[in-house]
Amino acid sequence: MTATDRPLVRIRGLSKSFGTHQVLHGVDLDVREGEVTVLLGPSGSGKSTLLRCVNHLESPDAGYVEVDGRIIGHRPRGGRLHALRPRALTRQRAGIGMVFQQFNLFPHLTVLDNITEAPVAVRGLPRRQAADRARELLDRVGLAGRQDSYPRQLSGGQRQRVAIARALAMEPRLMLFDEPTSALDPELVGEVLAVMKDLAADGMTMLVVTHEIGFAREAADTVVFLDAGRVVESGPPAHVLTTPRHDRARAFLSAVL
Amino acid sequence: MTGPPLPPATSATSATSATPAVPSPSATPQPDAAADPLLTARRVPARHPGQWVSAAVLLVLAAMLVHTLLTNSRFQWGVVGRYFLSASVLHGLELTLWLTAAVMVCGYVLGVGIAAMRLSANPVLRGLSFGYVWLIRSVPPLVQLLFWYELASLYPELSLGVPFGREFVTVRTAHLFSGVLAAFVGLTLDVAAFSAEIIRGGILSVDPGQSEAAQALGLGRVRVFRRIVLPQAMPAIIPASGNMLIGMLKATSIVSVIAVQDLLYSVQLIYNQNYLIMPLLLVATIWYVVLTTLLSIGQYYTERYYARGNDGGRAGRRGFWRTVRGNAPLFGQVRTDLAGLS
Repeated sequence: MTATDRPLVRIRGLSKSFGTHQVLHGVDLDVREGEVTVLLGPSGSGKSTLLRCVNHLESPDAGYVEVDGRIIGHRPRGGRLHALRPRALTRQRAGIGMVFQQFNLFPHLTVLDNITEAPVAVRGLPRRQAADRARELLDRVGLAGRQDSYPRQLSGGQRQRVAIARALAMEPRLMLFDEPTSALDPELVGEVLAVMKDLAADGMTMLVVTHEIGFAREAADTVVFLDAGRVVESGPPAHVLTTPRHDRARAFLSAVL
Repeated sequence: MTGPPLPPATSATSATSATPAVPSPSATPQPDAAADPLLTARRVPARHPGQWVSAAVLLVLAAMLVHTLLTNSRFQWGVVGRYFLSASVLHGLELTLWLTAAVMVCGYVLGVGIAAMRLSANPVLRGLSFGYVWLIRSVPPLVQLLFWYELASLYPELSLGVPFGREFVTVRTAHLFSGVLAAFVGLTLDVAAFSAEIIRGGILSVDPGQSEAAQALGLGRVRVFRRIVLPQAMPAIIPASGNMLIGMLKATSIVSVIAVQDLLYSVQLIYNQNYLIMPLLLVATIWYVVLTTLLSIGQYYTERYYARGNDGGRAGRRGFWRTVRGNAPLFGQVRTDLAGLS
């Protein structure tokens, strides 16, 4: 894990409102290459919106997200931020993997086609090569041999692991996890977290929204606590999870622990 | 008494319990057939006398219908057989078939565009799409047909050129709109409006998380629509479209009012000469029945194709013959329903 001077993800002054409700209030956040950052906070604190701004599923009202030196969704020119054309945005997104709470696997495609769709369509990988790579990834998430199943034939934990393999197939530099275990039965949470810990140990840069404090303690390099759209606490997990300074963070942690 | 072991206090007071007086907490009560005859009792399904009576009444009525169809000589089945494959009927059939096909294909292409306009972020496009659908759905197809046929009375000439400026090409409308073209244009516009609503509904039925996931993978907008959204919208689009196709097959018969020789109009031409009205209407009807049945079979296979991944979803589980029987007119449903009686 090499920590370069310039973080892979730089978020500055990020604000976002839905109607009259302001969800994010000028959030600043850095994620260094190879590090795992866990976003904690009560529901409605803006964690998911922050994550969705990183690959421009939401467009921020103010501030910006920079990944690998490029502003996401915009091109700065002449002191202005010009919105990117869809094709350029597509290229940016291809380098950022995302895993959703509801998996969002494509139900009409087999597991293999779910994984190979983007590498073939976006990267122009030959189908055979993409399929070989997909089988490797399935093996890595512990689902070797399930390539011909349809998502509906898998358990929730298996679906989420396929979703992780699907995101990894694009060889992203950054992985976003939006409450990846919140829709799972309790006994299936462990298998998904195991895959995520494995990824983290391999040096993948990860930004994770979760309520799994155990995962944060074990795998995170940095824990960021959000409340009402503001970062109220941030630091190494040992620090933030055991001796939080902010009242709101203390109350939240004592409720979930 | 075959449930989980009861706590000792309860089972001791239970009179019918076959367990020992002081059971250990882990012991399962052994079912004893001699002590409890209910365990071996024969099960009798619920009776439905009302269903039997109504089925019998309907069967008698159906038998009467078949009987009268076969024995009433005024149906003149011989005449039906004579004209069934006659050249002018087959010509009419041909026109009905290609007019339906052309109208449906062009109407749906237009419909996809109108649905896309309605779902776009541009308020002008949205408004235009809404207005189009509103207008076309409000006008009876017959009126539309006559409108295009009589367009010359409103606009004797049509020109191509700069709006409000120079004209390059000018055509005389009277020569432009033949009966067939008027029928094609009128029905296509009609199909476009209805199919746009069907397609829009189908697209809206797809979970937005699907296109989000596809976008997050870096797929382009066209690819997301074609590979991810549209295939998942199809199960919602196909049944309604099948209905529309079959409806349009028969709706093309309104072209007879502007003297286009389709299946119905060609038999009308014949019975206007020989006054064998009923047998000739039967000729047309039987053809419509045959075509509808074929289309239903096609619909079955299309639905089954798009139900893949649904793990024996609704369309996938229905057997082929069940669908055919279900769609075959009149007698088809009876056997399936009888199977449900007990």
